[in-house]
Amino acid sequence: MYPYIPDSEPAVQAEMLKFIGAESIEELISDIPEEVRMKKPMELPEPYNDEASLYGHVSGILNKDRTANELRCFLGAGCYNRYVPAVVDEVINRSEFLTAYAGEPYEDHGRFQAMFEYESMMAELLDFDVCNVPNYDGAHAMNTSLRMACRVTGRKEVLIPRNVNPDVLTAVLTYLQPDVKVTFVDYNAKTGRICLDNLRSKMSDQVAAVLVMNPNFFGIVEEKVQEISELAHSHGAMMVAYVEPATLGVLTPPSRYGADIACGDLQPLGIHMNFGGGVAGFIATSDTPRIIEEFPSRLFGIAPTKDREWGFGDVLWGRTSFANRDHAKEFVGTHSALWGLAAGAYLASMGPQGMKELGEAIVQRQVCLKNNIAGLKNVKIDKFSGATFEEFVADFSATGKSVKEINKKLLDKGILGGYDLGEAFPELAGCMLLCATERTTAEDIKALAAALGEILA
Amino acid sequence: MLMTGLERMKKFRQARWNEPVIYELSEPGQRAVLVPGPCCDCVSTDEAIATLPKGMVREGAANLPELAQLQLVRHYNHLSQENIGIDGNIDIGQGTCTMKYNPKVNDRIANSPKLTDMHPLQPAETAQGILEIYYKLGELFKGITGLDAFSMQAGSGSHGVLALASTVRAYWRDKGEEDKRDEVITTFFSHPVDCAVPIFKGYKVTVIQPDKDGYPDIEAFKAALSDRTAAIFFTNPEDTGIFNVRIKEFTRLAHEKGVVCCYDQANANGLLGITRTAEANFDMSFFNLHKTFSAPHGCGGPGSGLVAAKKFLRPYLPKPLVEYSPEKGYYLDFDMPKSCGKIKSFWGTAGAVVRAYAWIMMLGADGLREVSRVAILNNNYCMKKILAIKGASISYPHHKSRIEQARYSWQKLKEDTGFGTLDVQRCISDFGTHYWSSHEPWIIPEPFTIEPSESYSKTDIDDFVAALAEISRMCYEEPEKVKAAPVDSTVHYTSHDYFDDPKKYAITWRAYNKKYNGYFEPKKK
Repeated sequence: MYPYIPDSEPAVQAEMLKFIGAESIEELISDIPEEVRMKKPMELPEPYNDEASLYGHVSGILNKDRTANELRCFLGAGCYNRYVPAVVDEVINRSEFLTAYAGEPYEDHGRFQAMFEYESMMAELLDFDVCNVPNYDGAHAMNTSLRMACRVTGRKEVLIPRNVNPDVLTAVLTYLQPDVKVTFVDYNAKTGRICLDNLRSKMSDQVAAVLVMNPNFFGIVEEKVQEISELAHSHGAMMVAYVEPATLGVLTPPSRYGADIACGDLQPLGIHMNFGGGVAGFIATSDTPRIIEEFPSRLFGIAPTKDREWGFGDVLWGRTSFANRDHAKEFVGTHSALWGLAAGAYLASMGPQGMKELGEAIVQRQVCLKNNIAGLKNVKIDKFSGATFEEFVADFSATGKSVKEINKKLLDKGILGGYDLGEAFPELAGCMLLCATERTTAEDIKALAAALGEILA
Repeated sequence: MLMTGLERMKKFRQARWNEPVIYELSEPGQRAVLVPGPCCDCVSTDEAIATLPKGMVREGAANLPELAQLQLVRHYNHLSQENIGIDGNIDIGQGTCTMKYNPKVNDRIANSPKLTDMHPLQPAETAQGILEIYYKLGELFKGITGLDAFSMQAGSGSHGVLALASTVRAYWRDKGEEDKRDEVITTFFSHPVDCAVPIFKGYKVTVIQPDKDGYPDIEAFKAALSDRTAAIFFTNPEDTGIFNVRIKEFTRLAHEKGVVCCYDQANANGLLGITRTAEANFDMSFFNLHKTFSAPHGCGGPGSGLVAAKKFLRPYLPKPLVEYSPEKGYYLDFDMPKSCGKIKSFWGTAGAVVRAYAWIMMLGADGLREVSRVAILNNNYCMKKILAIKGASISYPHHKSRIEQARYSWQKLKEDTGFGTLDVQRCISDFGTHYWSSHEPWIIPEPFTIEPSESYSKTDIDDFVAALAEISRMCYEEPEKVKAAPVDSTVHYTSHDYFDDPKKYAITWRAYNKKYNGYFEPKKK
């Protein structure tokens, strides 16, 4: 007897077969030809059958992990060890949400409203009027933002600076193939910010969009963004800003420096890291019909009901690949709705003051971390001069030890060191991207500084 | 029992809290959660903020709602009660989606900090547990598919199609035929993304229409095939629940032209242990771990589209793949110079991977086969009952049986009463369940697709079908009731005029307040 399969009970099967008028289940699939049938059973390990044994087996494997919170974590690079309030976990683990899928606006009113509220809160954080139902992740959101700009402008080239997240970039390049041309813009080797001269030289009337990551992958705030958006606009191009949303309680939202589209990854808004499975994308714009009609994503809107309630539904359904498979804007399907609910619950938990204080707590720890690293012999924290927010580049190249070696020794002391920049950026060999979050404690920082002191001695 | 299932369903009243939009609940100064202050006094918050460029510090706080914690929890609690997941209803009305029970023990495992607190960039030696599960799930899929290499990067079925299409493109690039091979062939009753995604990847797509038997027209397929065909994308069984009996003939013809054969196995719930990707001679396939393999749908993701490939396509799959060696243990293999690249940040939806692993290890080969046998039994039982309902019929009726789902039609009901599938959909929410029409375009008139997976009992099916029969009766005998529906759901008839007109639609509360006063009173410009 299988607890997940009620009709595995033989007497029930017999009764159902009798009703159908078939001798056996085999008779019901007699049209599957012999030539495609399996000739012997699937080769799978013996199952555990009972829940206690299964739990013991799977959790036994997972127990081999050493988590970011069992160690002292200084890793960021696109995924942040945020504290997730208990209320957020409560919301996303309510089985009415967790086990639902794509019901209608009547009996699934709750998820439509919760998602509309998510859109509304994200729009406020980003200072825009429109936000979509989440994409797969930041990479998907970046791709779609760039492609939206291509469709709006009728152009096929995008400018991407070299100081963007390399993991995201790899995926975006796959997405943009084969029809969107990518031209790279250098970063300034002194500041770490986008090189404006290089950007100007690449700018033309063929360009659909200029991308800015803010803070950029090196943790540096791109501060010349107003100039960049003006440059883009003067050539009829759009500016796409890829932002870390948890910074926006403190940092200026992209609409205020001229961005036409804001996008990014929701993970830092109260979503567990989940080994990278906690990612989800967002795209926000102004309430401009010409731009909105280029979203491939679902957009939930509010509408009246005949009893004066708040009703909800899909705006411009005809855009989507559900409605029109061969003339759709890209495609849409199951993306990351549950993480949208999580981010919504997180923003509502934090409120305006909480988001501001979160940003302050992060910046304060980042500065404290930087101060503590600054005193170490042969370690440079001024590789780039640009102001940093939650991450910064520490240069160990004068220590005679590789980042890999240093990180290995840090791990021996229970510390997850920073991201090794050398692989994706050969010019930054010997540099590490160190990250602070609101969970980083003074003890963590002291432990890191002490461990580095010993390792580099 | 005091009442029959239908009587209980008819007395259903969904929670109707008239829940305000969260901004209406906001009260200045309230906080649900507090945030840690400075970590030490070596630098103050003001000094730290002063390190940021002046023009880049936000002026004015974001307009987010302000609620105390209980009021926040109550709001979301109300919204959740105004939603019906698998745990709350007989969720068989959403065919093609394989709504099955999501075992609680799998949630318990996936919610462990041993998974949730893992940073994706941790050294492999600290992530041996989760990497082992990725690797071992691939090993299990060797048995399930008969193929060789597995990628778990894709976040859903559509994303799985993107992984396949990107892999196909990388393969032809490596063969020097990327420019020549610019066409893809799919079938009408394949999922719409089997068409939309290859178009997104720059392919010209031919959609093969069904022949009189409901199978993809093989003559049309032969005509479409050429040395310009890069790949075929076939769902099987198709969304009609009909197994394409000539499937091996299609792959044979395609392989003759060197074409890569991609199998959409989103509808695999009736095939486990019976027929596989390998037996149908496809080169690649994808499976939805959030459908057939029991990971929850989460209101629409994150899911996982596991990609299976024959050995010759491994070099082109999204990177990295999880590998094992006695020296290194489990690790991420990035050494894939011919890879199509990545399609997602990091390594995929780990929570779905762990849940699918646990589900398969609970059931084993016999259990998986029983899943499919019962899904087939349930479906054919359900079909016979639905076809006894006045006004209901089935597409391609001469097919005596179906695999795991079936596409029906209310054409007769529409002709007799004027009510069609969308009217039935409105009505059924008054019975505490729901139902989906079907993918567009509707070449089967007034369609609906029912998929009673193995999780549902005979009694569940009896009750759901009784509700459909009752709605049919209402259409014939009590049209006023049908017109008024839903009456017992959370909200009442919602005007669609507000979703297509830029002057009227509001995609956020902020946009609403710019366009309207009070309850949808347009603001004067």
